[in-house]
Amino acid sequence: MTALISIQGGAKRFVKGRETITIFDHLDMTIEAGDFIAIMGPSGSGKTTLLNLLGGIDRATAGSITFAGQRLDQMSEGQLSAWRAANVGFIFQFYNLMPALNAARNVELPLLLTSLGGGERKRRVETALQIVGLAERAKHFPREMSGGQQQRVAIARAIVADPKMLLCDEPTGDLDRKTADEILSMLQLLNKEMGKTIIMVTHDPEAARYANRVLHLDKGRFVEQVAA
Amino acid sequence: MRILNQIIAVCSINLKSLPQRFWLSFSTVVAVAMVVTVLLGFLALAAGFKRTLDGTGSDTIAILLRDGSQQEVNSVVMLDQIRLIGEAPGIVRKPDGNPLISGELYVIVDGVKRSTGLKANLPLRGIGKDGAALRDDLTITQGRMFEPGSNEIVVGEGLVREFAGFDLGSEVRLGTGTWKVVGVFSMKGSVFESELWGDAAVVQSLFRRGSSFQTVRVRLESPEAIDQLRDYVAGEPRLKLEVFSEKGYFAGQSSNTVKLIQNAGWPLAIAMALGALAGALNTMYSSVASRAREIATLRCLGFGGFPSFVATLLESLVLAGIGGVIGSMGIFLFFDGFSTSTLGQGFTQIVFSVSLTPALVKQGIILALLVGLIGGFFPALRAARVPIVTAYSQG
Ligand SMILES: Nc1ncnc2c1ncn2[C@@H]1O[C@H](COP(=O)(O)OP(=O)(O)OP(=O)(O)O)[C@@H](O)[C@H]1O
Ligand SMILES: [Mg+2]
Repeated sequence: MTALISIQGGAKRFVKGRETITIFDHLDMTIEAGDFIAIMGPSGSGKTTLLNLLGGIDRATAGSITFAGQRLDQMSEGQLSAWRAANVGFIFQFYNLMPALNAARNVELPLLLTSLGGGERKRRVETALQIVGLAERAKHFPREMSGGQQQRVAIARAIVADPKMLLCDEPTGDLDRKTADEILSMLQLLNKEMGKTIIMVTHDPEAARYANRVLHLDKGRFVEQVAA
Repeated sequence: MRILNQIIAVCSINLKSLPQRFWLSFSTVVAVAMVVTVLLGFLALAAGFKRTLDGTGSDTIAILLRDGSQQEVNSVVMLDQIRLIGEAPGIVRKPDGNPLISGELYVIVDGVKRSTGLKANLPLRGIGKDGAALRDDLTITQGRMFEPGSNEIVVGEGLVREFAGFDLGSEVRLGTGTWKVVGVFSMKGSVFESELWGDAAVVQSLFRRGSSFQTVRVRLESPEAIDQLRDYVAGEPRLKLEVFSEKGYFAGQSSNTVKLIQNAGWPLAIAMALGALAGALNTMYSSVASRAREIATLRCLGFGGFPSFVATLLESLVLAGIGGVIGSMGIFLFFDGFSTSTLGQGFTQIVFSVSLTPALVKQGIILALLVGLIGGFFPALRAARVPIVTAYSQG
């Protein structure tokens, strides 16, 4: 397998007044294309921070981040935006749908950044909603849907522009067990059938079991466990 | 194209979510509406005043005042001067060979306003035999003209509307005498409609004015004949008088008052606009704060900061624009066509109507949009710079 994204000598520090807080230092990690990784660890250990670096929405204090041969740490803000639009799908704990838009419009958002015409966009939105099993909910607004349904719309939005990598921060953190299992099965399917590389931060050991690999982040270090 | 798609999408998300920020947005709309109402109120007042005075005046009527007196009240013209003027060239003569001329005087009397019951000053004008012939557009709408030498008066329509006790047939006490209202006249809304007219000789005697007048009116043979009259007056040392066309006279009178009203209106409107601006800034900063997670999420997806900038600015302009429209409609409903009266030149009441024109409404809307533009600009900058990691914040 080939490396999709890797971080070498990654460090993140926050300066607060005279104090400097180091979240992690000299962090090395390589994720292969097509992998499904779960990142676990105590609260405050820097899981979200790491995910933000990998997703190109925050910058490392030191170290290099390479995605398919491109150096994220050397990109401008505009280049990073374009890179995110083309390569990353984000899935959030609280879904982050636009309340003012219906499901189809929410899913369409990433396609507005492409050169696709209206007809093609519509077709792709339908396909994405079908994949998450919500084709008949296209016209519904977020407030008219359950948490699980909203998260499925968010997954459709994350995959509609066909990115290589999905980044999920506690994607089931706000859902009950049964709904969480549905969502996780769906992520697993996207990984197996569509070859999406998934990096998922979770507190939930049950959720972590859906991944191929579990990394424990603690005190700025990784402790790897191979999933059972 | 792609940037346009982004802008349209973000603007539509933003405007569709306005109802969630209803009360704050509403307060901005109201504040801007109030600014526009006040501004337009003043401007419409000025425009109405100007229209009343500009509508007044013919260019074949000349008015003569004592040199440097500016206003009728300060002017004095003596009887022998009037005789001299009667000999001037360029003046229309009647079949009997006498000039068409009217010596006039002007005294201030009290009247009671219908609306407030308070006393206000009114002009009583004494006019000569030819006074009526020296006013274009004069129509007696009720009753008849006063008889020369009698204690009869005719009153302007505007005055009857605004002041109590001047209806046809009423007896009114003015100065030392009692007068009978024998007619009501209209003059196409001109300033004269705010006056009372009686015979000049009777006014002179009842108000102890001797044989002095304040102004002289003459009918000119043509608008150009005014130059002949001016040359004549300039060449006659006993006539230290200034010659105006009636039209020029009233235009000069109006511009001072119009300036006064405008000079009061704009500063007040601008002071209020600054208040509305503070409100708009507050509203828009709150709007950006409440949308921060949405904006950051869009940034995560790859949207630029510029669409959020445009959308925030647009939201502000829309709110201010709505305020501007409501403000102009408000003033239209309350004031347009309404008749009001104000202190005119020489401390008398001039009755006129407020007039709201599209040009004025445009000024009001421009002021509103200016408030929206500035009130939206800085919050829009903040919207463009929302940190992307805000997408992870809860709620
Ligand atoms: N902008 C910031 N400024 C200062 N400190 C920050 C900032 N962002 C994060 N931190 C700190 O970095 C540490 C790691 O935060 P992070 O959110 O990555 O933890 P996490 O592992 O995701 O925790 P959780 O499981 O609670 O989500 C925390 O101690 C946090 O307080
Ligand atoms: Mg976290």
